[in-house]
Amino acid sequence: MLHTLKPSRSLLWAAMVVAFAIAWGVLHAESEFEVGITLVAIVVVVLAARWLRVAPAVGASMNDHPRSLGWACILGVLLLTAAFYDDHFALLLLCTVLLYSVAGFGLNIQFGYCGILNFAGAAFFGIGSYTAAVLTTHTGTPHLLVLVVGGLVSALLGSMLILPVLRTRGHYAALVTIAFGILFKTFLEVNDTLGGPQGMRIPNMNILGWQLNEDIVIGDLDISFYANYAVLSLVLCVIAFILVRRLERSWIGVSMDMVRTDEIAASVFGVPIARMKIIAFTAGNFLVGVAGAVYGLLTSYVAPNNFTFSDSLILVSMVILGGIGNPWGILPAAAIILILPEKLQFIQEYRFLLYGILIIAILLFRPDGLLPRSIRNFFPGQSRT
Amino acid sequence: MSTPLLVSQNLTMRFGGLTALDALDLTVYEGEVLGLLGPNGSGKTTFFNVVTSLYTASSGQIMLAGQDISHKSPQEVYFQGVTRTFQRSRLSLPLTVFDNMVIGNYQHLNLGLGFNLFQRKRLRQQYDEMVDKAHTLLQTFNPGLPQKLFQPTATLTMIDRRRVEICRALLSSPRLLLLDEPSAGMTHDETNELMDDIMQVRGLLKPFTIVIIEHEMNVIQRITERCIVLNFGQKIAEGSYEEIVADPQVQIAYLGQEQE
Repeated sequence: MLHTLKPSRSLLWAAMVVAFAIAWGVLHAESEFEVGITLVAIVVVVLAARWLRVAPAVGASMNDHPRSLGWACILGVLLLTAAFYDDHFALLLLCTVLLYSVAGFGLNIQFGYCGILNFAGAAFFGIGSYTAAVLTTHTGTPHLLVLVVGGLVSALLGSMLILPVLRTRGHYAALVTIAFGILFKTFLEVNDTLGGPQGMRIPNMNILGWQLNEDIVIGDLDISFYANYAVLSLVLCVIAFILVRRLERSWIGVSMDMVRTDEIAASVFGVPIARMKIIAFTAGNFLVGVAGAVYGLLTSYVAPNNFTFSDSLILVSMVILGGIGNPWGILPAAAIILILPEKLQFIQEYRFLLYGILIIAILLFRPDGLLPRSIRNFFPGQSRT
Repeated sequence: MSTPLLVSQNLTMRFGGLTALDALDLTVYEGEVLGLLGPNGSGKTTFFNVVTSLYTASSGQIMLAGQDISHKSPQEVYFQGVTRTFQRSRLSLPLTVFDNMVIGNYQHLNLGLGFNLFQRKRLRQQYDEMVDKAHTLLQTFNPGLPQKLFQPTATLTMIDRRRVEICRALLSSPRLLLLDEPSAGMTHDETNELMDDIMQVRGLLKPFTIVIIEHEMNVIQRITERCIVLNFGQKIAEGSYEEIVADPQVQIAYLGQEQE
C-alpha cells in the first residue's frame, strides 16, 4: 500500500513532476472551463495526497535531497519557459513569480530569521525599479551593474529606517515600515523629476549585447522576449536562494534565530542584537531591491501605483503562506498568490472573495504554512558527527 | 583567602519606589563556590541581572578582576568571561539543542558575513569542533543527552532542558558562572544529580568560580564553601553554611519562616 511510502529521491521527482504539471495547467488555462478543470484537478491532487498521507514522505524527501529538489525546480522552470515560449502573458507571470520570490527571500531574512516585520516591501521593490529607471535613462551604467546598484540603493535608503526599527519592537517596528511605504509612494507622486504619478519609461535592457527586450527569432520560431527575463529571473532566484540558505546555515543564522526568539538570552551570550538586525534588514532590502530592478526593466515602466501598501501585504503574505523561515515555501506561495487572481478574472470581483477563502483554507489546514520550516541542518547530505 | 574576582561596592538598584539592592557590598573570590541566599524578593536575581548588565545599577560599582563593568553592555560582560542561567529557562524551544548550546560559545563565532556565507569549508571545520565540544559536555551530564543534540529543544524534559542551559553557560569555559536557582521545578534527586554533574565538569576544567542562588538548603550545604544571605537588598549574614544557619538574623529573615 501507499501508506508505507518511504522518503526517496524518486518520490521527490514524482512530486515535482506533479507540481510543475499543475503549474503548467494553471498557466495554460484561459477559458472558464479550463480554469475550472485545473482547479478541480488541484483539489483532487490535494485530497488524494491527504488521503494517501504522502505529504510527510514528500516533505522528508525534500529535506533529504535538497540538491535534487533544486535541480528539479530549475529544470521545471526551464521546461515551463520552453512550453510557453510564445505566450507573453504566461511568461510574464512566471517572471513575476520568480522575482517576487526573490523579494520574498529578502523578507524571509528579515522576518523569518530576525523577526523584523517589514510592511514596506513594495517600497524597497520600487526603489530598485526607480533606481534602474534613472540609471538606464540618464547614465551608461552596464545593466548588470544597474541591478546591483538597485539593491544597494534599496539597502541604503532602508538604513534610514534602521534607527526606528532598532528602537522599537514587534508591532511598533512594523508600524514604522508601514509609514515608510506610504511616505515613499507619496514622495514619488509629487516628485516631477521621477515622473510624478505617471511614472517613467525604462529603456531596454542589454547585458553584454544580449537584448533582453527583443523577441528571439530563429527561422519561423518567434520566442517571446519574456523568455530572456524568465532565464535571468531564474538565475537571480537561484543565487538569492543559495545565499539565503547559507546565511541560515551559519553562525549568523543561529544568532538571528536567537535574537528573534529571545533577545535577553542572546545578549547575555554576547550576540550583538543591533548588528544582527542591521545585517538582516539591509541584506533583505538588498535582495528586494535587486528583484525590483529586474522587474522594472522587464515591464519597461515604473509608476508609484505599482508599489502600494497592498503590494507590500502580498509580499508579507507570501512569506507567511509559504511557511515562515523556509525559502522553499515562498515559491509555491508566490505562485498561488500571484497567478490565481489573474486566472480567476472571469468571475470578476468575486475572484478576490474566492482567493481570500482559499488562503484562509490553506492556513486553516496548514497553520504553519505550505512548507513549514524544518530544524536547521548546517550541512545536509553529510553525516553528522 | 585568594584574590577577589567579583566585587560590588555600594551597589544600589531602584525600580521606581522599590529598592531591590540597597548599598550592597559583596565580594566573590576567585575559584570559590558561593551560595547566595535570601527570601523571595531579597534581590538575588536582581544582583545577577545587574552583574550581567541586563539592568544598569542606579548607583555603585561592580568590579570584575579589578575592572569596572558597571557600565558595560551584556555582550561585553559575556566577553569578560561571565555566563549565567536563568531561573525560568531561556532556551529557544523551536531551535535544536545544538543551536541553543552553540550560542554559548559566541566568542568564537563572532565572524563576519563574508566568512559565514563564503568560507563554507572553514565553517564546516569549526562546526565539527563545536559539535564535538557540545557532545562531550552533554555526555558528562547525561549519557542519553548527546543523541538529542539535533532535536528541537521543545522535545526535551524539564531536567534535560536545565542541563542544556547549564551546558550552554559552560561551553565557553567561563571564569564566573552564575546559577539562578538550578533546582527550580526539579525533584530532590534530580537536583543532586545536576549538582554532581556541575562539580564534575568543574573538576575537569580549571576550577571556575560559581555563584549559586538556591533555596534547597541541602544543595547549599553540599556544594558551597561560603554563603551570603540577602534581605531587602542588603547583606545580613556571611560565612560558612553552619555559620549562617546559626545566625539569628538569618533565622528571623529566612529560615525561621520556613521552619515554622
